[in-house]
Parts: sequence; structure tokens; C-alpha cells
Amino acid sequence: MSDVLEPNAAAPAPWVSAYRASDVEITQAVTAPLFASPGKFWWIALLVSAPFVAWLVAALVWVFYEGIGVWGVNSTVVWGVAIADYVWWIGIGNAGTLISAMLLLTRQRWRASINRFAEAMTLFAVAIAGLMPIVHLGRPIYAYWLAPYPNTMSLWPQWRSALVWDFWAIISYLLFSILFWYVSLIPDLATMRDRTRSRTGQLLYGAFALGWSGSLRHWRALRILHTTMAALGVPLVCSVHSIVGLDFAASLMPGWQESIFPPYFVVGAMYSGFAMVVVLALAIRWGFGLQAIITRKHFDVIGRVLLMSSIVMGYSYATEWFMGWYGGARSDRSLVAFEFTGTYAPLFWALLTCNVVLPQALWFPRVRRSLAALFAIAIAINIGMWLERILIVWNTLSHGYMPSLWRVFHFTIWDLAFVIAPLGFFAFLFLIFVRLIPAVSMFDMRELAHRENVA
Amino acid sequence: MSGPLLAEFPDAATLIGAARSLKVRSDCGLLDAFAPFPVEDLEQLIPARRSATPVTMLLAGFSTAVFAFALQWYSAVVDYPINSGGRPLNSWPVFLLVPFEVGIFAAALAGFIALLWSTGLPKLHNPLFDIPGFERASQDHYFLLARGESDETTLELRHLLRTAGATRVTEVRAP
Repeated sequence: MSDVLEPNAAAPAPWVSAYRASDVEITQAVTAPLFASPGKFWWIALLVSAPFVAWLVAALVWVFYEGIGVWGVNSTVVWGVAIADYVWWIGIGNAGTLISAMLLLTRQRWRASINRFAEAMTLFAVAIAGLMPIVHLGRPIYAYWLAPYPNTMSLWPQWRSALVWDFWAIISYLLFSILFWYVSLIPDLATMRDRTRSRTGQLLYGAFALGWSGSLRHWRALRILHTTMAALGVPLVCSVHSIVGLDFAASLMPGWQESIFPPYFVVGAMYSGFAMVVVLALAIRWGFGLQAIITRKHFDVIGRVLLMSSIVMGYSYATEWFMGWYGGARSDRSLVAFEFTGTYAPLFWALLTCNVVLPQALWFPRVRRSLAALFAIAIAINIGMWLERILIVWNTLSHGYMPSLWRVFHFTIWDLAFVIAPLGFFAFLFLIFVRLIPAVSMFDMRELAHRENVA
Repeated sequence: MSGPLLAEFPDAATLIGAARSLKVRSDCGLLDAFAPFPVEDLEQLIPARRSATPVTMLLAGFSTAVFAFALQWYSAVVDYPINSGGRPLNSWPVFLLVPFEVGIFAAALAGFIALLWSTGLPKLHNPLFDIPGFERASQDHYFLLARGESDETTLELRHLLRTAGATRVTEVRAP
């Protein structure tokens, strides 16, 4: 097609890799793949991810039927994969809204290319994260007891409990993220309504576009709301992951009761989330041929963010070890020694390699420009961050105050199901999303192209 | 009396030029503009009242937060007091977490409702949608909606829009 955006790496504009990106070219480039047949690779990817969905459903049914004893948890290591999954997924879920809102407030124009799918990533990841504590409850039928409602038992939730904070944080954050995402989606849904030829498409996109006409007054109202929501979104995201950090920090266990946990969890969330954005951005860029919209410059700046975050993570780890030693408590010192040399030490060294050592390669511009290298580092960071979360759980619980209670976690096949299957479920949801909704915000891109003088 | 005129422009710069030339005339009213992205220069040409959305959000957020705190206080101090490790019944520092979370969500929800209220959306049918070519307002074309005071000024207005670079000028009749 002649009027689809022609990528050209030599183009001078920093954030649009083309000599010309008119309104119609951007519209075409983003919407054309949605109206064409999905193509071989999309179907293969969907068929590969579908069995994982079935696997997740089977695992959920089995845990609900048999109880959480099917996992490797025991009376000492009472938390396991579900809790680590919860922290990991909500970390990824935090990044989408955080990235989008923070870049909007700091007027980083390059957010136009990545905000939409990063926010979709948030929705799916938070939905998966919210599932995990319910699975872990053991008695999921009573999950609704977390909510205050008039009941015949005259009971109230225990507001001092971290589990109750989690409940409100997840619910508020998920609903907020849906609104934040939807508000910026309305104009693009109108574009889809006006371009699609199928009757169903016109009805559905038309209904969800709410009759958007592109009126200047509506644009103004939308911008005011979106900016205000972004300003609220940043503290909300930070508070949500801080509350996740408080699940640990509000306890009395060695290695957990540390004041650094809330901020360190927030940085960790941004870190793993940005790494996931790299993976998804590469997939979308390649799958939809959006090389002109998601440019190498984007990957370069994301590489810098990852590098900075990895340094902060390394600093946080070092602070934990230092405080363990400096505090002088036997249990804390013993825990640090256990981390480096105990049962889970190989995983701990792998975590340090993935999160702190490997990302240092991003100091080199050549590495930031190499998409293959960036992809490999992003995957390593995601693995490293999962290891971090599971080790926070395992190390402390396996090595608490009472040596007679020291036990290790025995990883079962059902633990493995809860590590792998949600990834397939996430991929499945994301594949459906990119076929139904423009994965790149078109109106933001049009505005960007006009500012860059390439429209 | 004839209805307002909808003029179609191929790009934003021409539209802004036309809007500026309309602005100086007192007998023509600039009603609205339609664009596929928020055009900053246009916002100054069509003034609007101060948006009530942020204040609505502030009030909704704070009142929900106060309600959430009051609920916790009532349940923990009055209706169901539990001595949890000797902590005071009114453990206000941790009671701030839930109000913060739900307050922000309530503010966002109120903002969304305020958006719908102020824009009149959802309004699935708009008389403008019947005008051929208007579907490109969401893609790559720019539109101005203007009204003349009388039939003569409307004719003049049509001519003015044409000379300013409009590719098509259509009269909008109420449905």
C-alpha cells in the first residue's frame, strides 16, 4: 500500500522514523492490520497460548478442589508461588499506568507510541495479580469477607490487616486503570467506528466511542480529565505497590520488616514493567510493521530507564545487606548469610546476575541499539524480578527466628503450573487485544507527528 | 433562516487561518471545530468556560476518603472493637491507606462522569454524522462549524469559508 507509513531510519525527526507521517498515514498504519486477516503468526501464537489457558483453568480447579497443599507450601513456608506471582504480576501491572501517567506529566512526547499497549498490559497483569491472593486464601469462597457489608454475623473486616489493604488497593487500582485507559481510547474507537465496514464493528465501536465527534470542546474536556487522572495516577501507583511492600514490611520477620521495602518495591515494579514493555513493543512493532512509529530511539531511552532502575535495585539490595549487618541482630545477619550460601543460593546469584549485572551492558550505546540484545536483557530482567519475589518469600520463611522451624519449600508440578500458565493466559489476552483495539494511540501519534513537523 | 455551515478543510493550518478570519467579524459566530487530534492553537480561538471537572474530582475524592475513614473508625472503635496486640482502637495511621486508594478511584470516576456531563456524551447520533465526509473528522480532515446572523451573512460566510480554503461547505439542518 502506498499510503502506509514508510519507515526510514535515516529520517531526522527523533520520535517518528519516517520522512512523512501524515494523519492518514498514521491512521492507515495502525488500523489497516486490524481490518486485514490476522496472518499466520498470529494464529500460531494464539494456538500456542490457548493450551496454557486450559492449563491455568485446570490448575485453578485442582487447587480449589484439593486445597493449597498441592503446592510446596508447608506450616513454616506458608507463602509460595501464588504470593510471588501476585507481587510480580502487580509489578508489571503497575508499570503501564505509571509509565503512561508519568511521561504525560513530564511532557515526554515519545509516550504516544507506547502508552496504549502499556496500559493494556497493566489491565491484564493486574487482573491476573488480583486472582493470586484469592487462590492463596485456601478458602476462596470466603474472599468476599474482605469487603465491609452488612451481615448476619455482625462482623467487620480487620482494617489493620495488610490483606484488607491489598484488597482495596487492587480493586481501586484496577478500576482506575480501566478508566484511565478507556478515557484515552474514546477518540481512537471513533476512528475505528468510522473506518470499519462490518456492521458488528460499527455497532460495537460506535457504542463504546459514545458518539465522539472530535469536537474541540470535547477534546478540551478530555485533555483536562486525562491530565488530572495522570496526576492522581502516579501517587496511586506508588501507593499500590507500597502496600504490596507493606504486606512484608508490616510483619515482624527478619528480612521483611524493613522501611526500604515500599520504595524498593515501587522501583522494582517499574523495572519489571519496563522490561515487559520492551518485549511487547518488539512483538507489536514486528507483528504490525510499525517500525516508523516505535523507533530505535524509543528502545534507546527505555534501555536507559532500565539501566537506571537496575542501579537503584542494586543499591536497594546492598542497603538490605548493610542494614542486616549494621542492625546487629543475629537473625538478620544469619538471614543474609543464608541468602548467599543457603539452599536457595544458586537462585539468589541468578537473581543478582539478571537484575544487577547483565543490565550493566546497557551502558554501551551499541547494546541499547541492538534489539536482540535488548530483548535478551528484558527477558533476563523479568526472570530476575520473579526470582527476587519468590526469594523474598522463601528465604525469610525458611530461615526465621527459630532454627528448629527451618524448612525449605518443595517445588511441585502445581507450583510450576502457576508460574508458567498465567504467562500463556496473559499472551492470549494480549493477542486478542491487539486484534480488536488499536495498539498505538492514533490521536497522540498525529499530535506527535505535527509537532515533529513530519505530518 | 438557514442553519449553521460546516466547512471541511484538508489540514489544520488552513482551518486555523479560516477561524482567525471569522473571528474578526461580529456577524458570524464560530460554533465549534472538529479535528482528529487536539489542536492547541484552535483552543484559544474558541473560548470555553472554566472546566468544573477538577473541582468535581477533588470534592468526590475527599468526600469518599472521609466516608471510608469514618466507616473504619465506626467499625473499629464503636461497632466491633478488637484489642489487636494492644494497639489503640482508633489506629488512624493505617486507617489512612484505604481512604487514599478509594478516594483516588472515586475522584477518577467522578471525573469521568463530569466528562460525560459536560460533553453531553454518550450521544450516539449527532446530526453532523449525516453529512458526507464528516467521518474523516476522526481520521485526517478538519471541520469548522459557524453560523451567520441572517441569510445574507450566511451567504457571505459561505463565500468567506470557500476563499479561506475550505474544500466543501455544507449547511447543517436540524434533524
